[in-house]
Amino acid sequence: MAGRRHAKKHPLLTASGLNAWYGAAQILFDLGFTVFEGEVVALMGRNGAGKSTTVKSLMGLVRHSGEIRFDERRLLNMKPHAIARLGLGYVPEERRVFKGLSVVENLEVGRLPPREGTAAWTPERLFDLFPNLAEARHRQASDTSGGEQQMLAIARTLMGNPKLLLLDEPSEGLAPVIVERMAKTLKTLKAEGLTILMCEQNIHFARPLADRALVLESGVVRYDGSFEALEADDILRRGSLAL
Amino acid sequence: MDFSFIVIQTLNGLATASFLFIAACGLSIVFGVTRIVNFAHGSFYMLGAYFAVTYTPMLLGVMPGFFGFWFGVLTAALSVGLLAILMEVFLLRRIYRAPELFQLLATFGVVLVVQDLVVWLWGPEDILGPRAPGLSSFVTILGQRFPTYELAMIVAGPLVLAAIWLLFHKTRFGVLVRAATADREIAGTLGVNQTALFTAVLFLSGCLAGLAGALQMPREPANPFMDINMIAEAFVVTVIGGMGSVPGAFLAAVLIGLLQAFGIVIFPKITLVLVFLVMAVVLIMRPYGLLGRPETVGAAPANEAVPMPPFDAPARLFTVVIIGFLVLLPFFADDFTLKLMIEVMVFGLFALSLNLLLGIGGVVSFGHAAYFGLGAYGAALIARHFNAPMEAGLLLAPVFAGVGAALLGAFLVRLSGVYLAMLTLAFAQILYAVAFQWVEITGGDNGLIGIWPSAWAAERLPYYYLTLTLCTIAVLLLFRLIEAPFGYALRAGRDAPARADAIGIHVARHRWLAFTLAGVAAGLAGGLYVYSKGNIDPVSLSIPISVDALTMALLGGIHTFFGPLVGAAGLHLLKDFIMPLSDHWRFFLGALIIALVLLFPEGIAGFFRRHASWRKAGEARA
Repeated sequence: MAGRRHAKKHPLLTASGLNAWYGAAQILFDLGFTVFEGEVVALMGRNGAGKSTTVKSLMGLVRHSGEIRFDERRLLNMKPHAIARLGLGYVPEERRVFKGLSVVENLEVGRLPPREGTAAWTPERLFDLFPNLAEARHRQASDTSGGEQQMLAIARTLMGNPKLLLLDEPSEGLAPVIVERMAKTLKTLKAEGLTILMCEQNIHFARPLADRALVLESGVVRYDGSFEALEADDILRRGSLAL
Repeated sequence: MDFSFIVIQTLNGLATASFLFIAACGLSIVFGVTRIVNFAHGSFYMLGAYFAVTYTPMLLGVMPGFFGFWFGVLTAALSVGLLAILMEVFLLRRIYRAPELFQLLATFGVVLVVQDLVVWLWGPEDILGPRAPGLSSFVTILGQRFPTYELAMIVAGPLVLAAIWLLFHKTRFGVLVRAATADREIAGTLGVNQTALFTAVLFLSGCLAGLAGALQMPREPANPFMDINMIAEAFVVTVIGGMGSVPGAFLAAVLIGLLQAFGIVIFPKITLVLVFLVMAVVLIMRPYGLLGRPETVGAAPANEAVPMPPFDAPARLFTVVIIGFLVLLPFFADDFTLKLMIEVMVFGLFALSLNLLLGIGGVVSFGHAAYFGLGAYGAALIARHFNAPMEAGLLLAPVFAGVGAALLGAFLVRLSGVYLAMLTLAFAQILYAVAFQWVEITGGDNGLIGIWPSAWAAERLPYYYLTLTLCTIAVLLLFRLIEAPFGYALRAGRDAPARADAIGIHVARHRWLAFTLAGVAAGLAGGLYVYSKGNIDPVSLSIPISVDALTMALLGGIHTFFGPLVGAAGLHLLKDFIMPLSDHWRFFLGALIIALVLLFPEGIAGFFRRHASWRKAGEARA
C-alpha cells in the first residue's frame, strides 16, 4: 500500500472526514487521504465524482466540514488567501487567467514572499520553464493560446512558491503536442521536489507522472494505491473511470 | 449657432465631463472589485463638498492663496476617504457574502443616515465656499468670456484619469485591483487578501468622490440635495462606460458632458430625459456598456435554487384570516387607521408586484416606481385634462403602467444583472424627468392636485372597501400566477436560464410577460394611491420610492408569498410611527435598514432557512 511505501516520508497534507456541499447538495462524503512530501498524486474519477470539489475544499472555496491538515496546520475556516500564503498553490480548471492583464502582470498577482530553504520563483526562472511565455510576456493574456494560458495559470501559481500544487485538469482541452510538453514540465517540477495533487481524467497523462492514484466515485474514495493494482482491477477501472 | 458659441459650449461640456468623471470613476472601481453598487458614493461626494467649504476658509485664514485653497480641497478628499474606510470596515465587510440587493439596500441606508447628519451638522441652508485663488476670473476665447476655473477643470479630469491609469498599471496595488476586478475568487486563491484590497479600494473611491465634491466649491454651494442628484448621473456614467472600466467612465463622461452642453441649447426642455435616453440606447446596443466586459464565470455567486413553500392549507387559512380582519377593521378602527391601512394595502400590492420580478423571476428592477408613478400620473392626467371619473382612472392606471412596462420589458430581456437593473432605473428617471420638466402637462414639481374619487367613494369608508376589494383581487391573482405553470417557468428561468431554455421554456418571453404584469399591478397600486391622496407629484416616480419597494420585498422575504406584504405593512407602519416623533426620521430609517441587513445578511427568510438546514445537518450527523 502506498501509505507503507511512503511511511518514512513526511505527510504534507492530510484530509479526514471531509464533507463538502454546493448549496444544499452534498458532494463529498467522509473523504480521507494523505499526500506525502515530494509525491505526485493523481485524483481520478468520472465527471461529477467530486475531484474539483475536493481541491476547492482544500483551498477553502466551497462549504465543507471535517479536518484538513497542511504542514501541521489546520485549514478549516481559513480564507483562501491565507491558505495560499501557507503554501498551497491552486491552479483552477479552465485556467481562469486574468485576461485583461499582461502575462507579466498575471505573474505579479501570484507573487508571494519567498519561503525559507527553497529558491523563490521569479518570472525569469518561469520563462526558462515555459519558453512560450517568455515570448508572450508583454501580451495580454486574452491574446494567448489555450496552451499558453494553461502554462500561465501554472506559472502564476508557482509565483507564490507553493509547497503543494493543486492542479485541476491540467491536460483538459489542450492539443496532444501541448499535453506532451505539459507532462514534461510537470516532470521537471516533480524532479525539483514539488509535491503535486492533480485532478485528472486522462490516465495516460497521469500514469507516467503520478506515484499513486486516488479514485473518487460519487464523492467517496473508491481506491487509494498504485497504478499497477488499479490497472489489474478491471471492474474498478470500468466502473469508476470509464476507460 | 456661430463657431465661437460651439467652442464655448464644447468647453463647458468638457468641464462638466471632468466633474462627472471624477465623481463617477470611484463608483465604477468599487463595483469592479467588490460588485457592490454603492449608493453611498453620492453621500461621499456631498460630504466632500461640505468638508471643503468648512476646511478651506479656515486654511485660507492660516495660509492665504493657492496653498490654502488646494490644501483644503485635498484635506476634504482625504477625510471622505477615511469615512469610506469606516463604512467598509463596519458595514460592507460584514455583508460581502449577502445577496447584492442587500448590499445595495445597506448603502442606501447610509445615504439616509448621512442626509440627516449633514443637515444636523451644517444646517439646511446652502453654504457657499471661497473661490480658487488665481482661478476666479475669465479668459477671452474667440470674443467670449470663459471662467478660468472651468478651464482648469477641463485639465483636472484627464489628470485624474492619467493618475489612475498609472496607479493601475505601474503599481502592484493597481495590478491586484485589476486582477480582482476580473476574477476575485482566483485572486484570493493566489494569496491576495480581499479584505485589505476592498478597504483600500473604498478609500480610493471615497477620496475621488470627496475630491469631486470639494472641486464643486467655487461652482455650486454645498447643499443637502447634492447626493441624490449626483448619484443618478454617476450611475449613468459608469453604466454607459461599462461597470468597472475607468477609461469607459471617462468616455461616457465626455459623451454626457457634451450632450448636456448642447442639449440644453437645442432641447432645453428635455436635457434630463436626453441623458437617460442615451444610456438606454447604449445599453440596448452594447449590453455591457462601451468598454465593459461580461462578468467572468465564477465571479458572481451561482444562483442557488430557493424552494418556495407551496400555497398550502395554512397559507390559505392565513389569507382568509387577513381578509376577514381587514373586512371587519372599520367596525372598530378610527378614520386615521383606515387611511393608514389604505396606504399599507396599496404599498403591499406595489411590493408584491415588484416581487413577481425580484423573487419569482430573478429580475432586479431598480426603478419600480416607474410603474407606480405611471399608474398614478395616468389616472391623474386623464382626470385633470379630460375630466375623467375615478372609475375610468382606476381602469386606465394599470393599462398605462402595463403598456410602459411592456415597452421597456421588450428592451430589457436582452440585458442581465446590474445592467438590467440600471436600465430600469434609467427608465424611472426618464419618467421622473418628464414629470418634473413638462410643467404644462404634469404640473412639474408641484404635481397635479384635486384628484378626488367619485361621489360614492368620496368618504373614507367606501374608499377603504374599494381599495380592499381591488387589492385583494390583484394579490390573489398574483398568488395564483406564482403557483401556476407560468410561475414555475419563471422560477426555472431564474435558477437555470440555459436549462430552462433547453427544455423549451422561452425564458425571455416569460420575463417580458412578468414585467408587463408586474407593471399592471404596480399601476393599479399607483391609481389607488392618487385617489386616496387627492394629488400626485414627481416624488412618486423617484429613486426613494423604488428603494422603498425593494426594502419592503427584501426585508419581508422575497421567496415567500406573504413576505412583501408583511414587509410593506412593517415598513409603512414603522415610517408612520417614526416620522412624527422626530425630524430625523431619515436617520432612524437608514439606521434601521442597516441594522436589519447586518442582522439578517441573507434576508429574514434566508436566515430562517439557514437555521433550518443547520438543524437538518445536525440531525443527520447525530
